[in-house]
Amino acid sequence: MLSIKNLHASIGDKEILKGINLEVKAGEVHAIMGPNGAGKSTLSAVIAGNENYEVTDGEVFLDGEDLADLAPEERAHKGVFLSFQYPVEIPGVSVTNFMRSAINETRKAKGQEEMPANEMLKLIREKSELLEIDRKFLSRSINEGFSGGEKKRNEIFQMAMLEPKLAILDETDSGLDIDALRIVANGVNKLKSDKNAVVVITHYQRLLDYIVPDFVHVLYNGKIVKSGDASLAHELEEKGYDWIKQEQEA
Amino acid sequence: MELKEKLISSFMAFEEQIDVHSELHDLRTAAIKNFENKGSPTKKEESWKYTSLNAILKNDFTVFPKSETSIEFKDVKKYFIHEIDTYKIVFIDGVFSSNLSSTTHQGLDVCLMSSALNKPKYKMVIDTYFNQIASKDESLTSLNTAFANEGAYINIPKSKVVNKPIEIMYFSTGNEAALLVQPRNLVIVGENSHVQIIERHQSLNENPVLTNSVTEIFAQKRAIVDYYKIQNDHMGANLIDNTYVSQKQESHVSVQTFSFGGNLTRNNLNFYHFGERLTSTLNGITIIGEKQHVDHYTLVHHAAPNCESFQDYKGIFSDNSTGVFNGKVYVEKEAQKTNAFQKSNNILLGDKSTINAKPQLEIFADDVKCSHGCTVGQLDETAMFYMQQRGIPKKEAKALLMYAFSNAVIENIKIPELKQRITKIIALKLGVKIGFDL
Repeated sequence: MLSIKNLHASIGDKEILKGINLEVKAGEVHAIMGPNGAGKSTLSAVIAGNENYEVTDGEVFLDGEDLADLAPEERAHKGVFLSFQYPVEIPGVSVTNFMRSAINETRKAKGQEEMPANEMLKLIREKSELLEIDRKFLSRSINEGFSGGEKKRNEIFQMAMLEPKLAILDETDSGLDIDALRIVANGVNKLKSDKNAVVVITHYQRLLDYIVPDFVHVLYNGKIVKSGDASLAHELEEKGYDWIKQEQEA
Repeated sequence: MELKEKLISSFMAFEEQIDVHSELHDLRTAAIKNFENKGSPTKKEESWKYTSLNAILKNDFTVFPKSETSIEFKDVKKYFIHEIDTYKIVFIDGVFSSNLSSTTHQGLDVCLMSSALNKPKYKMVIDTYFNQIASKDESLTSLNTAFANEGAYINIPKSKVVNKPIEIMYFSTGNEAALLVQPRNLVIVGENSHVQIIERHQSLNENPVLTNSVTEIFAQKRAIVDYYKIQNDHMGANLIDNTYVSQKQESHVSVQTFSFGGNLTRNNLNFYHFGERLTSTLNGITIIGEKQHVDHYTLVHHAAPNCESFQDYKGIFSDNSTGVFNGKVYVEKEAQKTNAFQKSNNILLGDKSTINAKPQLEIFADDVKCSHGCTVGQLDETAMFYMQQRGIPKKEAKALLMYAFSNAVIENIKIPELKQRITKIIALKLGVKIGFDL
């Protein structure tokens, strides 16, 4: 589904990604771990099409289609979803209205009719229950005054609403207490199928107890330096990242 | 200056043709003298620093239109809040249009300034209120006073909730190459009464028009006045709106200004307090582009204790457009426990768009809460990316952000049909279809 080949990306003059290769197939869960500053968030931003980063070499394919020339919204229409590490506050736009715009714009792009209002309400009810979100929450301005945990839960709620093909969860566990972590992970697991894929970007192994990855990759200094199964995450948890750093510098 | 001389000689002709009682004559004479002394405002004056009338005043304006024109309602229906029943006071090129209007004398007066000024039965009201709160010093207000003859006259007795909004509409046909109109409105709202008023100036083609309008509003004890000004005119239209509000105790007056169009718009909005525990609200949304210019010049004069004033102005400027916000809050020594808040938030979309924002607070009381805040910014890029990531295209995301930005002001519109209309105009201005309600 997602195929990344020799991806190099920079912000300004600084090269952050230095040749990433990654294959993600439908039905798989991949975890990308690594120390701070390794390029984890840059990778997710580049896949989502953030124009602040410049792709200097390499390609990103989604189902065989090169994403290079696609705007962020076009990638979203094709099924790319990014759960933000820092979800943005938008005063004056309610969660409900935001979701209505997002869903209807996506349908429009696919040449479909707008979703009827009653169907929309039903969907919102269903998905908010899945994430244990209070209905009052949905009429509030998006992310405005939300706690860290509420923001993250709201991200996964949006993911549930949009049913993406490829979901990238960027540090979704940060700021979550254990109950919220369980709710979020439960939501992700329920959405998982053999038709979609999840890439979990995280610093800690904690979330991976709940969302069990098929593959774990270690990103260090802009490159994937190690890949393995779920046991690699435990190894990292035990030994820390210094072990990787030493291995690389040796 | 040519226009000035033309105006002064027109004044003499004007005074001869109307039958006015002597108090009015004295008022007008004093006013034209003030205008003669001061002339039109120039950028040398602090209060006109960012707004120049020079180019506009070069037009050879007709002061009195030669012929009366009639318009069919169907041709101008779209400018009215036609979904609901309203009182209407309609003028075409400054002349009252009885067939477009829907006035009343039953239980309240919604009628013409010309009759109020000339008929004896209104004399007492005119003597009490006319030109009492309007500035005798400001030159363009004086110019209006000198020629004041026509406009809306609204007098609501006490304890009356007016059951439908009143629309005051000024159309310019463009039949004259260039037209100067000087409407004069008087609004008196009695104790415990409530009224909603919508005012609009609308040209029907691109010929230059200069409107120099003066409105006096008197809100008696506990009166509630909601006043809406819609400014969405052609590029030939120039509007100088001078509104003076006098408030007595516990009254609530709000003036909300929606500035979307016209070549040049200057809103002089002045609130004077004459009682305790009253509230003044001044809101505005400005969305302009090309070479448009909108200048909000506000004054709230707190003169009594325990009063509140709220100012919230939002501006979105694209292309070469320029905006000015000059908000003055004056708190006298007696006005203890004043709450005065002022906000001016602006977004510049064009590289060459400009906003000049200047809050002015003069506080002589020591137990007050006053705040002001001006922000100028671009659209939030991270918010844009966030929305795009969810599938909302750039253009729509931009529009959504701008709606969100102006939402706080739109929310205050108390007439649902008007709210819808304003939302629609904004959508049109931003060039998007909105798939949601705000």
